[in-house]
Amino acid sequence: MLEYVERKKKRMAVLVSLLLLLLIAIYAGLSFGAVSVSFKELWSVLASGGEGVYEKIVYNLRLPRVIVGLCVGACLAASGALLQGVMRNPLADPGIIGVSSGGGLFAIITMVIFPQYSYLLPFIAFIGAFLTTVLIYMFAWDKGASPVKIILAGVAMNAVLGAIMNGVMVLYSDRVQSVIGWLSGGLNGRSWYHVDIILPYTIIMLLVSLLAIKPVNILILGDDAAKLLGQNVELIRMLIILLASFLAGIAVSVAGLIGFVGLVVPHIIRLLIGEDYRFLLPFSIIGGAALVVIADTAARSLFDPIELPVGILLAALGGPFFIILLRRRRIL
Amino acid sequence: MTVLKSEDLRFAQGKFRLHDINLEFPQGKMTAIVGPNGSGKSTLLKLFARLLKTDSGNVTLDNQLIHKYKRKEYAKKIAMLLQAKEIMPNITVKELVAYGRVPFQKLAGTASAEDKEIIAWAIKETGLEKMADRMVGHLSGGEMQRARIAMALAQKTPVLLLDEPTTYLDITHQLELMKLLTRINKTYQITIIMVLHELQYAGAYSDNLIVMKDGAVYQTGKPQSILTAQLLKDVYEIDAKIKFENNYPIIIPNYEI
Repeated sequence: MLEYVERKKKRMAVLVSLLLLLLIAIYAGLSFGAVSVSFKELWSVLASGGEGVYEKIVYNLRLPRVIVGLCVGACLAASGALLQGVMRNPLADPGIIGVSSGGGLFAIITMVIFPQYSYLLPFIAFIGAFLTTVLIYMFAWDKGASPVKIILAGVAMNAVLGAIMNGVMVLYSDRVQSVIGWLSGGLNGRSWYHVDIILPYTIIMLLVSLLAIKPVNILILGDDAAKLLGQNVELIRMLIILLASFLAGIAVSVAGLIGFVGLVVPHIIRLLIGEDYRFLLPFSIIGGAALVVIADTAARSLFDPIELPVGILLAALGGPFFIILLRRRRIL
Repeated sequence: MTVLKSEDLRFAQGKFRLHDINLEFPQGKMTAIVGPNGSGKSTLLKLFARLLKTDSGNVTLDNQLIHKYKRKEYAKKIAMLLQAKEIMPNITVKELVAYGRVPFQKLAGTASAEDKEIIAWAIKETGLEKMADRMVGHLSGGEMQRARIAMALAQKTPVLLLDEPTTYLDITHQLELMKLLTRINKTYQITIIMVLHELQYAGAYSDNLIVMKDGAVYQTGKPQSILTAQLLKDVYEIDAKIKFENNYPIIIPNYEI
């Protein structure tokens, strides 16, 4: 009885902390920077809708950037959580199994070879992520696709895609400047244009991902156990991987290659509250959104006036933090 | 009445093959499958549960080919306790048992009043009422096995398959488990088909015994009539005396070094 109550309390505490973190992230994202805005001013600025210098900075520069950051973080964390669940492997992540690189490669080719189609970038990144997933599946398939095979095929794909990306950049080295910032994953200059592109997809896909909660919870029992409960395990796994690659594609299309979020956020949440996806998935979404915005705010403030791409900061700080966490919890 | 039946069943995987499996499982009875390691016991069970696909031959459940059933319909007919190798997610006993209701629910559906009633029933049958809200990770081996059986019971199937249910348990909990299975079988007429390593339990607790060797059925029949010294020699390659006391087989191997 005690364990049960304790777990409930812990979930509540984690949820409250995550929501607080999210509010702090949004506040920091809107008010920190060269022109700092106080909490009081923030309300009047947001209500006014974009007149005057303060208003322009907050409403036209910071607010869309925060919204894009929230979307990117939420999508990446959801994508990682879903992949880890259906692969039954804590290392599964859109960045590791090549899905992000697939989207990235298509985006880079567009940017350097067909820049006239740049306005189609999000869709092209989706298609890249989607095709990569299909290829990974084809390589891993043998009367069904076991999670380990999918991950190994994905890692191999990731290497190949990385090589092609580098190849393209060397061959078109004169045009590569615009690509480098995008590659390291940044939110610099993201505007309402980008919000319009990704917000609808983010909302729809996150809602769809809630439908995956129950199937993932069943798959966690193991493939055989799930089959004994009448589940079409192969189909469920394929659909959820496609969903995860879609989510990753959304993030890649506007923010480039941001790693770490999809891997670590669900991990931390899992350590805190266990792997019941009714809680793990929504909590990860909140955590991912908050993390990306906080990291982006830090990345653009730390070396002011130079802006660091958020992807670099996340990888540089997140990697060591993750290792400390793993060592303390002894799950490595 | 026969509930499950196999005709000329064949299955190959790598070097291992099952062949000429012709078996009939009477309804409401307890059948034990025994045999040395690698004789094909677990594989046979997985074929019946549709976790593996037969290469040829027919398997029927209630006179219908098993692969004609829809997935969820089949999960309402046959439940199976897998070998206790999988790592369990850290959830409560009640949550684990609730998984047994999945075949009866829709994708986004939650537990109905009937589901809850059946979950409570399964927990009561396995004597886990006091532990219903405890985490499965904190259960003892015997309690864990009972919780997994409760999950299978919640599927409300007429047939229950068990793959080495007593492995990893001490003798107290092995006996407790065999008694539980017998009670379920007698009270609800659930057909039980279990793979066992312990010949004693197989002999004492089953109505019918199936002995496997090298991927084929070596012998079937009542335990008392087929568990003989000759069988132990032919199938297990050991010299041993065997006698029954109160229907319980006592096996004394020649243990001189």
